[in-house]
Amino acid sequence: MPNLPPTRPGPEAAPRNDPDPRNPRVAVLPNPDDIDAVPLRHPWRWVVAVLLLLVFAGVAVSLWQNDNVNHPTISEFIFDRRILDGVVLTLVLTIVSMAVSTVLAVLLAVMRLSNNPVMNALSWLYIWAFRGTPLLIQIVFWGYLGLLYARITLGIPFTDFSLFSVDTNTLIPAFVAGLLALTLNQAAYSAEIVRAGMLSVDEGQYEAAYSVGMSPTFTLFKVVLPQAMRVIIPPMGNETISMLKNTSLLSVIAVLEVYTVATQISSQNLRQVELLVVVSCWYLLLTSVLSIPQYYLERHYGRGNARTLPPTPLSRVRAILRPAPRPADPIRADAS
Amino acid sequence: MTDTTRVTPSAGVDQTGPTASALNAESVGAPPLLSAHKVRKSFGAAPVLKGISLDVAAGQVMCLLGPSGSGKSTFLRCINHLERIDGGRISVDGELIGYAARHGRIFEMNRREVAKQRGGIGMVFQRFNLFPHMTALENITVAPIGVRGLAKPAALARGRELLDRVGLADLAQSYPAQLSGGQQQRVAIARALAMDPKLLLFDEPTSALDPELVGDVLDVMRALAADGMTMVVVTHEIGFARGAADEVVFMDGGIVVESGSPASVLDHPQNPRTKAFLDSVM
Repeated sequence: MPNLPPTRPGPEAAPRNDPDPRNPRVAVLPNPDDIDAVPLRHPWRWVVAVLLLLVFAGVAVSLWQNDNVNHPTISEFIFDRRILDGVVLTLVLTIVSMAVSTVLAVLLAVMRLSNNPVMNALSWLYIWAFRGTPLLIQIVFWGYLGLLYARITLGIPFTDFSLFSVDTNTLIPAFVAGLLALTLNQAAYSAEIVRAGMLSVDEGQYEAAYSVGMSPTFTLFKVVLPQAMRVIIPPMGNETISMLKNTSLLSVIAVLEVYTVATQISSQNLRQVELLVVVSCWYLLLTSVLSIPQYYLERHYGRGNARTLPPTPLSRVRAILRPAPRPADPIRADAS
Repeated sequence: MTDTTRVTPSAGVDQTGPTASALNAESVGAPPLLSAHKVRKSFGAAPVLKGISLDVAAGQVMCLLGPSGSGKSTFLRCINHLERIDGGRISVDGELIGYAARHGRIFEMNRREVAKQRGGIGMVFQRFNLFPHMTALENITVAPIGVRGLAKPAALARGRELLDRVGLADLAQSYPAQLSGGQQQRVAIARALAMDPKLLLFDEPTSALDPELVGDVLDVMRALAADGMTMVVVTHEIGFARGAADEVVFMDGGIVVESGSPASVLDHPQNPRTKAFLDSVM
């Protein structure tokens, strides 16, 4: 290219975006610099949307006008004292079992990834056992633990020495049995999620941490887990929502969470469908509320990964109410 | 920061007994800060280091050159025990790396002891390896605060001073993803310096950088060398080796092929393998 002789000025040398009198299709453009086009239309979107609206409206109307559903019963029980107590217990079960199982899961994941063969095998065995049997069976098992061991004794194995001994059904009432079942089962699933998150952290991060003198434990908590969280949180959000709904399985051991309460009420007034609508409304509300902390946790642990984070819904509202004095100030990752 | 300030008072004031370095000084002159003796290392059946012996005196800069696969980076990683050596020994400032002598026997160190030892040996990586979830300043201060137990205000002040030293004073609150490669590598150097290391290891620090960013990083390294920092640098930057190194070592196939002053190794190589390598990179 650099050895080409200088071109003589001729018709070829004219700038390309000048209207070319020989080509009328280019010449008719009103604006030669920018394309001012008619946007592509999407008529089928409208057609499908209208059809779907008709279907939904039909279903809604048929449900509303169904004589087998007694609407006053729904509104009577949605804020019933017993239902509200059940909702609180459902929430407590979900939050406590998720919190405790997450701690157990980190422990299991670290054991699984450690070089210690005993720890490794133990973690594998735990996950194999608790993931390999149905949650429903585990719940019933913990509920009927008293049939297996009438008393629970703490002492030295193979001797008569015992520190204390209590009746199983006193130590583990239905609520505790349910909590144990949900927590221990969830820990097995969460352990694999945490392990995946830890594996996603680059090997160079461990090397850098070790090279500045960090111990393996310090490295885990300061360097590896904070980065793994970014990968861990979305599936853990899923697990939390699963857990909220799985608490309804505790009805088989008569823990008084919202679904158990609803079946108790409906067995008296025989309004099964109405009470199912009541609990479904509560489950929907709770799952919606539970996805809010996930959004903010994801933002928190995503810091440093996006150059600038998008504004939160709250800061969007604030921006509308009170326009920022300086325009185009990007919201910094560490500002929230 | 410099080794002279650290060594001189101990030689003059410390009268409690002869230290290992003092004994060495009597017998060999200046004690080597880093001493490697017949270091061997294999990955599976493949030998990578076949007996590397070399000494680096305090305040000296050694550049390791050689084709890829010659074992330079592996040797560097052995110095701070990121890789465990199969034979030979490495000592830094008179302390064996990864092993401790107690009651007349040599014991393998536990992970806490290894971590403590690594704190005195800084390392700068080819891929920077900054902690992406921390700001530049946090990257520098996390180890002094968390490992050394330095008070937070003191650590922050020192972190800012180090950032200023690598020319990034105004980027303290930036995350690594917001920095260019050259800036990230300079933060990584500051992070290593924050632990006040006796020895600084560089593993191809400019190989992952765009050509126009290499100069900034090399300038920082030259300034460190001029300040008397003891450095072992694996590099392909012949110009840096010529200008900043006190000794150049050419490695190939897991052995030291040739070593000496930059002028002798780079300008008058004796070994045909050194000649062939230098011809291909210069």
